[in-house]
Formats: sequence, structure tokens, C-alpha cells
Amino acid sequence: MSLDDISIKVADLHSIGSVDALLNEISTRLARFVAIGETSMIDLKSLPFSPDEYEGLRTSLGRGEASARLETIGDSELYETHYPGVWWVTHYNVEGDVVADLLEIAAVPAILHSQPEDVRDGLERLQHMLVQPK
Amino acid sequence: MKEHETLEQRLQEQGVSRRSFLKFCAAMATMMALPPGSASAIAAALAKVKRPSVIWLSFQECTGCTESLTRSHSPTLESLIFDMISLDYHHTLQAASGFAAEQAREDAMKEFHGKYLLLVDGSIPIKDGGVYSTIAGRTNLDMLQEAAAGAAAIVAVGSCAAFGGLPNAQPNPTGAVAVSDLIKSKPIINISGCPPIPAVITGVLAHYLTFGALPALDDQGRPKAFYGETIHDRCYRRPFYDQGKFAKTFDDEGARNGWCLYELGCKGPTTHNACATTKWNGGAGFPIEAGHGCLGCSEPKFWDAGSFYTPLPAPAADVTSAAKAAAVVGAVAAVTVGAIDRGKKTLAQQSREKITVEDLKGN
Repeated sequence: MSLDDISIKVADLHSIGSVDALLNEISTRLARFVAIGETSMIDLKSLPFSPDEYEGLRTSLGRGEASARLETIGDSELYETHYPGVWWVTHYNVEGDVVADLLEIAAVPAILHSQPEDVRDGLERLQHMLVQPK
Repeated sequence: MKEHETLEQRLQEQGVSRRSFLKFCAAMATMMALPPGSASAIAAALAKVKRPSVIWLSFQECTGCTESLTRSHSPTLESLIFDMISLDYHHTLQAASGFAAEQAREDAMKEFHGKYLLLVDGSIPIKDGGVYSTIAGRTNLDMLQEAAAGAAAIVAVGSCAAFGGLPNAQPNPTGAVAVSDLIKSKPIINISGCPPIPAVITGVLAHYLTFGALPALDDQGRPKAFYGETIHDRCYRRPFYDQGKFAKTFDDEGARNGWCLYELGCKGPTTHNACATTKWNGGAGFPIEAGHGCLGCSEPKFWDAGSFYTPLPAPAADVTSAAKAAAVVGAVAAVTVGAIDRGKKTLAQQSREKITVEDLKGN
């Protein structure tokens, strides 16, 4: 006997309604971003999803043109969804577990910006290298 | 080991970039159930954090709470222990045993008197002078009172330490009580659950370490960030309750359709915990997702609260009519409220009279 022999029906996503509710929330936030430039984030780990709804949300938002990857204390995957300004940001730890799963409403996710501390540190290293005797 | 370095200094020494630190803080925000935009505030607070000494005492317990903690995924237990706290005594996890172990506890209590964080799992038996549970020849009661005297705060991990748990269930032959029944002079955080969700244990510790203060607590001494709402109100099956769609047996059409388990005795409506969103086993699922109702393990006296399979008393209005009122706003409001402001209550919640575990006692 395999799993397929057990007659489990997949519930209709729209009968649960969480994906539609969240899409409405995203729409409201995106409108605020357009109107006044307000960026925001939604913590997907704090929301109740059925097993299928999460995939439903992913399908609904789709994938857009831009994506990025951080390689620091585990990977992070960032991509713009089919709706420009709506980014899906997933942080993993070194074991590959998801430690944060966020939707970010912004032109670019904040964590992609070079941090002033890191820039200063990099400049120091570059200057140090240039004064080294060849 | 450099005890007086801040977390930021240690990370800098290890060549960890500011961006990595911000990523770590984003994970911390998720873990602490704080708004996702608070990562920079966490970063500012964490930059000043020093590793506090932690003493963990295990009393009348099954070690399930420690088992749960060791399955914490974010951050890993190792990073929590070695980067954020100095775990000076935990008789299950530590390498030392016997006199050396007890010496480590006494040394930490002396050196960090008034500053260490005391974690307790298990209830404390007080009948017959506390003889029913002893460590190194001393009663749990004696050891708790001594360790509590020098603690900055106490975290009661699990329903046994928080509320007495299973040892306290009728007829309670050992006279088991909760930490809060014995200690009145120290702040106590209850992280209830049998066991508690690992991410909640680490999340509460992280909150204390990050902000140096206890998180906001509910009337049972539990952190509101994780216990502020019921399983029912955060359950993905909640819309089926609102629509009056219930599984009547574990193998009927409703069960196969994934409908609400209320009539099969689910204690979700009276149980405050984060299972529905934080989930278990690294986010794999939670009992209701597996098709079984909530047992209510994070509520006081859950073991004596009647059958796990007897439905809760009906809410103030009958299920379907109350649900219809809620359904209008419930589906939209309930799903997003947690992400925006966990303190806000949905209309769906306000429209229903709360049932407490006390109401179930007569059953």
C-alpha cells in the first residue's frame, strides 16, 4: 500500500481563504509604498498556513526579474515576485533550516544594501593592500 | 573564554560582517515573535549584550523539555549555549558529573550571585519533606530555594515547572507544585507546554538576553508574544469552524477534507500557545495539521481537564451563528494580525466568549 491508496482530498485553497487575505494585505502595503514610499515586512512564519496554502501563496506571487543570494552564516535567497516591489526573502542557517521567511515591500531588500561599517572596513583593507610593498 | 566581551565584539573578531549580524537579527526577530522590521533595534540591543550565567535545574520531570530544547533549530543549541549564554550547570547536558557537577553549580551561584538566570524544568514535590525527588542527596525543594535566592530571574520551562504538570495531576501522590507556588520574591516566566516548543524556549531566552528584561507576560506568567492568542484563533482550520464544517470521527469525510476538529475534542479554543504558527520539528507541522486535536498541554491542569476527546462546551452563541459573524472578518483579519501587531485582537475573538480550563473542571 502506498500513500496514493489513502483517499485524502486536498482542500480547496479558496475555501480556507488565507492566501486571498494575505494577497489583500500585500496589495494594501504595496499601495502605501507607491503612495508614500513606506517599506514594510511580513513575517510568514508568524502566519497560519495549511500545508498547501504556503505553496499556493508562492504560486500566486510568482517570480519576477530579479534575484539575489547572500552567502553568510548560511545562505539567504531573495527574489522579486511577479509584482515589482514585493520581494520574497528567505534566510537559512548553516544547517539549511529556514530561520526567517519574509515578504518585504521595498525597491530593494534592506539587507542587500552594503552596510556603512562593512564599507569602511573594506576601504581600510583596500588602502592597507595598496601601501604594501609590491 | 572571554566572559566580558559583547556579542558584537565576538562576532567582529570572528570576521562576521555587519550584514551577517543583521541577518542574524532578522532571524532573532522571527524567533522572538517580534515585528520583522525590528531587526535593527535588536541589533542595537544585542551589540551590548554580555553572556549571562545560566543554571538549569531539572526536578520531577521526564527530560522531554531538554529533549525539546536540543531540537531547537534557530539559532542552533550550540550557538545559543556558546555565543549567547554561559550554561554553567545542566546535569543532563554537562560533561561533568558527581561532585564536579555540583561544584560547578555552587561556583556559578557564588560568582554570579544576583545575576544568573535560573531555568527550572520539572515540578517540585513537597510532601513528606520533599523526599520524592532528590539530586546529590538533596531535595529538589532545598536546591530550588537555594538557587532561587541568588537568581536575577527564573524561567519555568514546561508545564510541570510552570503549573505542576503531570506529577501534580490527581491524586498527586508526591505533593508536586509549580515553581511559582514556592518562590514569590523573584520574577518568574512560565514557558508552558508538554513539552514547550523549542523555538519558544530559545525565543524567550533570546528576549531576556537581548533586552535584559522579561517580556510582557499574560495572567499565567507566560510571554504574550507566544501565548497571547489561542491555537484556535491562529489555526489554519479556523475558517472551517467559522463555516460550521466539522470532522465528526477521525475517518469520516470531514476528517479527510481537513475540517475543524472541535467536535473531536480539540482544546485549541482554550489553549494559548504558538503551535499553529511556530509549529514543530523545524516547522514541519503541529498536531492539528496531522489530523489530531490539540490536547491543551500548555494550560494549567490540562491532564485533569476531562477527556481529550470530549468536545469543549459550546461557545456563548451556537457555533455556526457566532461563526458566521466572525467569518466576514475572520478570514481576512485573523491571517494578517499576527504579522502586524500581535497585541490587536480580531473581531472574531471579541465576538466569542472565552472558555477557560476552569470551566472544564466540572466535567
